[in-house]
Amino acid sequence: MKTLLDKLWDAHEIFRRDDGASLLWVDRHLVHEGSHHAFAKIDARGLPVAEPGLTTGVVDHYAPTRGRPSDPQIAAMIDRLERNTARHGITCYGLDDPRRGIVHVIGPEQGLTLPGLLINCGDSHTSTHGAFGALAFGIGATEVAHVLATQTIWQKKPKSMRITVTGQLGPGVGAKDLALAWIARLGADGARGHAIEYAGPAVSALSMDGRMTLCNLSIEGGGRFGMIAPDDTTFAYVNGRPHAPIDWDSALEAWATLPTDADATFDREVSLDAADIAPIVTWGVSPEDALPVTETVPDPRAFDGAKADRMRAALDYMDLVPGRALSDVPVDQVFIGSCTNARIEDLRAAAAVLSGRKAKVPGLVSPGSQIVKAQAEAEGLDRIFTDAGLDWVSAGCSMCVAMNGDVVAPGKRCASSTNRNFRGRQGRGARTHLMSPAMVAAAAVTGHLTDVRPLLSGRAV
Amino acid sequence: MTGWTTHDGRAIALDRESVDTDQLIPARFMSTPRSEGYCRFLLHDLRFDPDGSPVPDFPLNRHPNASILASRRNFGSGSSREAAVYALVDYGFRAVIAPSFGDIFASNAVNNGLLPARVDDVDPLMAALGTGTAQARADLSTQTVTIGPLTVPFHIDPVWRQKLINGWDDIDLTLAHRDDIAAFRATRAAAAPWAIPNDNNGDRGPAPSQGGQ
Ligand code: SF4
Repeated sequence: MKTLLDKLWDAHEIFRRDDGASLLWVDRHLVHEGSHHAFAKIDARGLPVAEPGLTTGVVDHYAPTRGRPSDPQIAAMIDRLERNTARHGITCYGLDDPRRGIVHVIGPEQGLTLPGLLINCGDSHTSTHGAFGALAFGIGATEVAHVLATQTIWQKKPKSMRITVTGQLGPGVGAKDLALAWIARLGADGARGHAIEYAGPAVSALSMDGRMTLCNLSIEGGGRFGMIAPDDTTFAYVNGRPHAPIDWDSALEAWATLPTDADATFDREVSLDAADIAPIVTWGVSPEDALPVTETVPDPRAFDGAKADRMRAALDYMDLVPGRALSDVPVDQVFIGSCTNARIEDLRAAAAVLSGRKAKVPGLVSPGSQIVKAQAEAEGLDRIFTDAGLDWVSAGCSMCVAMNGDVVAPGKRCASSTNRNFRGRQGRGARTHLMSPAMVAAAAVTGHLTDVRPLLSGRAV
Repeated sequence: MTGWTTHDGRAIALDRESVDTDQLIPARFMSTPRSEGYCRFLLHDLRFDPDGSPVPDFPLNRHPNASILASRRNFGSGSSREAAVYALVDYGFRAVIAPSFGDIFASNAVNNGLLPARVDDVDPLMAALGTGTAQARADLSTQTVTIGPLTVPFHIDPVWRQKLINGWDDIDLTLAHRDDIAAFRATRAAAAPWAIPNDNNGDRGPAPSQGGQ
């Protein structure tokens, strides 16, 4: 009678204190440039890294998408990670490594991410790796220092929550829409304190790329953990990856025991019908501010109190008026990228819309890793993007977090395949509309927020 | 980190929902070493105009000496950046009161001696503060916050409460369990050999991407 969460938790619990805090073993620790605070902390105490072989460094947050970093502060951040990892004997996918990319893309791509593991990274979207049936969660710098020094983490077991998605997603509707749909329904703090397990036929039908998108966005609904039971789709993805287990059969045997038992119960159950989900866009400054693109900008007068105040402030920041059709909102630029939606299938979905068409607005396409980039080029997708008039650049976090110099200018409106539409996330004063990569491509083609579905008719997707 | 049980100071209200970590500290400041102090980055883009001048009616500018902050639901949602907590702490805050917090923010806060005090209803506190300030107290022993004449209970995980009071350092605490950890490591390696990366420090060259079909 155990859930996937229970099984993962039990397999990693070194012991539990009387007050309920568990000390957990960490199988994989991924560190990016933001780890400088944590390395400084262990250095200040003269502590070594406990398990360099279970730690992997990745340059992504500050990675330039064109050439070398021109800003000395950015170059210093990258250099600091490369030096910190080298000093401690940690493998690092540095700026010159052909396998580098966004941490949550390359972990799975390299087979470092496996079912049954506990994975930590100093980044809130670490829940992405839960798509493999792993216990994966983001941590802060003090915790990163703790994992570096001890290869363990203190954590209280979260409550369990299952989001079951019945039915089948319609054409042009994907994992991003599914995620935004539940976040809009439950709120940006709807899953706070809970580990989410996604289940049901619409989830099983997703590819690994789609499952990663879904688990990635768990944190935008307040869930530090998101996970999906491993199945044949998972195993087929992992098999043959560079760091996949050599003794494959015994791994498979262990992974087969992970799925939630039929009679296990959850603290909370939520269910959604996939057939009800349309392509979604955000209109405000929180991922919960999401609606089907066929709707209109909501009216704060229909709400009260703090919620109405927040909506008013959001609409003011976004420069939108209630009642306007969302599909009427013009965009200044587009961005396809990030750990949410820059894997090969995301690029294929965007290219299916852009093929043979021109973008009306400028935009950037940054693949999730250099390997995804190479594959997209082998498939000719880069030509589709550049022929449409978009810039095809190298891998990195890029305009998702605007740390590397790729920013949206003040007041500009960007259709973006990323995960956060927070004020200023893509640059001070930038206005972000979140949506799927196919929807971003549709916005590029028409110059405004657009339902992608009609643009797909007669095309193979 | 030094522990504390009660804190007395001035409280102010930041009357908005979902003050996310990108508001608490915009990403562009995060390459700064902590030793330089993060005080000036706190809520930077709400607090200062693009030309750098303080926004006159922003609560932090009106009452610069506050150490207790009351805000609305979903405070600290978003990124795991501990820098958001550094900015609050370096500014002088010791407690944030809100109906809900981002999970990662809350644990980062506790790791830096900042109390995330969860209250059922923040409206009375907001009303008491308005755009002003009031003498206030956060008390971990009674699990209450007092703002002016109002005293209300708050929720906090007992583990976190103890940690704030004792100022525990997790690394020291954990290293005392070195033997348990070593034993667990050996057991896990035997039970789940597949969990050890086969070749983490070797270079096997680029993998073909296989995503999707
Ligand atoms: S792409 Fe964005 S969300 Fe993902 S790891 Fe990078 S900064 Fe974080």
